[in-house]
Amino acid sequence: MIDRPFIKVWRDGAVGHIELNRPEAFNALNRQMMSAIVGALQTFDEDAETAVVVISGAGRAFAAGADIDEMAGDDPVRLEMVDPFAVWDQIRLIRKPLLAAVHGFALGGGFELALSCDLIFAAENTQFGFPEVKLGVMPGAGGTVKLTKALGRHKALEWLWTGARMTAEEACAHGLVNRVVPADNLMEVAMKMARKLSEQAPLSLRLIKETVNQAADLALYEAMLIERKNFYLLFASEDQKEGMAAFREKRKPVFKGR
Amino acid sequence: MYETIRYEFRNGVARIELHRPDRLNAFTETMNQEILDALLAVEKDKAVRALIITGSGRGFSAGEDLKAASGEVDFGEVLRSRYNPMIKKLVGIEKPTVAAVNGTAAGAGMSLALACDFRIASDEAVFIQAFVNIGLVPDSGSLYFLPRLIGYAKALELAVLGEKIKADDALALGLVTKVVPAAELEEESWRFAERLAAMPTKAIGLIKRYMQRSFETRLDQMLEWEAFAQRTAGLTEDFREGVAAFIEKRRPEFRGR
Repeated sequence: MIDRPFIKVWRDGAVGHIELNRPEAFNALNRQMMSAIVGALQTFDEDAETAVVVISGAGRAFAAGADIDEMAGDDPVRLEMVDPFAVWDQIRLIRKPLLAAVHGFALGGGFELALSCDLIFAAENTQFGFPEVKLGVMPGAGGTVKLTKALGRHKALEWLWTGARMTAEEACAHGLVNRVVPADNLMEVAMKMARKLSEQAPLSLRLIKETVNQAADLALYEAMLIERKNFYLLFASEDQKEGMAAFREKRKPVFKGR
Repeated sequence: MYETIRYEFRNGVARIELHRPDRLNAFTETMNQEILDALLAVEKDKAVRALIITGSGRGFSAGEDLKAASGEVDFGEVLRSRYNPMIKKLVGIEKPTVAAVNGTAAGAGMSLALACDFRIASDEAVFIQAFVNIGLVPDSGSLYFLPRLIGYAKALELAVLGEKIKADDALALGLVTKVVPAAELEEESWRFAERLAAMPTKAIGLIKRYMQRSFETRLDQMLEWEAFAQRTAGLTEDFREGVAAFIEKRRPEFRGR
């Protein structure tokens, strides 16, 4: 696949990779880079050969934040017109599983990018945090909101007000991270998970993701009704017939995503 | 250049010598910072594959320089800003570390020795958890390292009674790896560290990393960590060299990669 500005993009079997590739700036996310990431995600989402996407960072960090030089001179009107965070909303529309494999630093925008993914695997050495407060601003791409939903207001305020760094272990204890693994083993473990997901029924993965995303925001019963409809919907798929037939015949199912 | 320590490197071994002999190498803010800087250099420099920490003159280290201390000082902040970063860095270095204890290791000086992987003591070395003798409590990791090294009962005796422990008694307690005549300590510590530096030091780093966690984990988790560590070790050049040398019936040449 063609490389885009500041990222490397390739596919390995059914696993699409996006590697943040601005190591000299600890992969600080600028606007061009964010558009490139979202563009690559959309391409993978439409690509029939890709089942799962893994996002990681080259060099010593996943992403140490946003590009401060780029935004230092911004004013509210320009921000409103450019609306630099709008492109982030597109990530939520990606239907395939997104796995962030993070190491080193996942700070500010880097932390928000990881939180925009579905699963987060972190190297033991990863430091998470929202240091925006130290620059006289605050998170702008969902950090404040997602941290509050995950941790509750007391904990979220403490992290956001102090800008303190969270270890991978703390992030895992808070339920922000799925797994903490030794740095040396991170990509291997992430790839194993990605390959495992690529063998699951794609429509199941897709409707589970849609339902979980709804469940996080809706009232219990509303979400349950969506769950129910999606459950019923899956019975229209060939994969449901194949999955249940394979179960009864005691063999491995072959899913086609239909 | 350093003011309060000396830094030397040869044959894969870095040697930090605490160098305030007229004050039994007691720590000052500058010395804590210089030790931390040297440890960062040791961690970063791939050519360094083992570390010796020793003292200049009669003592290893007398701990905090009490001349400057008074009740006005916030000891908690002193530890957080000066000692804790030093101890954490030393323990986190994934290379073998050796304390060559040449004389008295008192208070935080003893803690520094305990934070190393190995302790080789001169027969003139004396260890003392001196804190309690002036109404303080062990710090810089002593409360953590001692029970792990020698068991709770003995650790508590040392910390509470604050008595001098001679080298031979330290050996009997399991506090040191070996005791050598004072005149041979320097040479012996170099020899020991050079031996470590010639070993598969990446594997040693992994052994260290996971054994440190063994007291705080379950068997399941440790088995999983061992599997990760073995996967990593299995990909090293040193492993390939080790197997090749075994098959070819020659001595392996490890590079720490």
